[in-house]
Amino acid sequence: MATDTHSAAEASGPGMPQLDFSTWGNQIFWLVITLVVIYLILSRVALPRIASVLAERQGTITNDIAAAEDLKAKAQDAEAAYDKALIDARAEAGRIVAETKAGIQADLDKAIATADTKIAAKAAEGEKVIAEIRTGALDNVKVVAKDTAKEIVAAMGGKADAKSITAAVTARMKG
Amino acid sequence: MASEAQGAETGGLEFHPMDQFNIESLFGGPIAWYTPTNAALWMGLAILAVIGLMVLTTTKRSVVPSRGQSVAELAYGFVYKMVEDVSGKDGVVYFPYIMTLFMFIVCANFLGLIPMSFTTTSHFAVTVVLAMAVFLTVTVLGFVKNGTKFLGLFWVSSAPLALRPILAIIEVISYFVRPVSHSIRLAGNVMAGHAVIKVFAGFAAIAVVSPIAIAGIVAMYALEILVSFIQAYVFTILTCVYLKDALHPSH
Repeated sequence: MATDTHSAAEASGPGMPQLDFSTWGNQIFWLVITLVVIYLILSRVALPRIASVLAERQGTITNDIAAAEDLKAKAQDAEAAYDKALIDARAEAGRIVAETKAGIQADLDKAIATADTKIAAKAAEGEKVIAEIRTGALDNVKVVAKDTAKEIVAAMGGKADAKSITAAVTARMKG
Repeated sequence: MASEAQGAETGGLEFHPMDQFNIESLFGGPIAWYTPTNAALWMGLAILAVIGLMVLTTTKRSVVPSRGQSVAELAYGFVYKMVEDVSGKDGVVYFPYIMTLFMFIVCANFLGLIPMSFTTTSHFAVTVVLAMAVFLTVTVLGFVKNGTKFLGLFWVSSAPLALRPILAIIEVISYFVRPVSHSIRLAGNVMAGHAVIKVFAGFAAIAVVSPIAIAGIVAMYALEILVSFIQAYVFTILTCVYLKDALHPSH
């Protein structure tokens, strides 16, 4: 543009090229074409496209926020359900523990009762045996005492009849 | 930049800060209304820039945007929000028109910052057409939507009755000055910045001051980057304000 500036400057005079009205028609012609072209490009292609992109982005953001809120609500529900399940499980566990305890207690009581009766039976039996043994022993003592008394009387040279010895031993043992 | 080189060769200082704004035929010959000129070329490049920025980046339509798509979405959201906030909900219908203005101005401004390029928005022919398009559209729209109530825009009902005729005259004048300020603001800012850069570039031919001149160019260039965007923003937001006046003329 600057190669032949001198000649051009001389041609248009010393003033401003802006006020050289001979070029106005040319500029206005090209300007109108330019503006129409830009307008068509913008209104047909660029602006609808950008508007749709912006709308789509807005929609995506809105959807994402809604989805996030949905998920949050779901998470809260899940948490509540979890808490409830936990409480239920705890209660169930407590119930089972109590039940089991009660069952064990019952078994235990039963076993203790059985054992007590068995022990009682054994004790009674043992006492019986002891009583038998005791009576047996008493009899033996009587026999031994009679025999011993008879032997002692015989040894001392007396003649003892069995009847009087028995009576004497019995009388002694009672005393 | 070639003019400075020539200035250095001739030994003297020659400033041609306005040469960069010359309209030239691309293939030589006189300039008729249909001739492809450098202005036409750079307007075409602005179209390509718009396609590159708004269409090619969004071909994937990804929900998670790439960098390019983010820029396109940012531009869309920026202008859309501006229209919605300033003009109201019923102004959103005109969003594509306002987006067209914004994208053209912002692309043309930034393309104009490429060294050796031509800045289409530095020409009054361009900005006057843009501003007049806005002015006429808004005026017609105001009358179509509101009928004669649109004239209530000039009748300040909150002011004391005696002041109202005077205010009405002022309002009418300010209304008709709108397209002038609207167009000259854009072209003037862009042109002035580019011309100042050129002047600094002319000084860069002198060895003693060239570091300062180059630093000045850098600083001006940074400022021009800011101006490129801000002027596009200002033009667009004023369009929204005018549109709001047309849709809701009451003060």
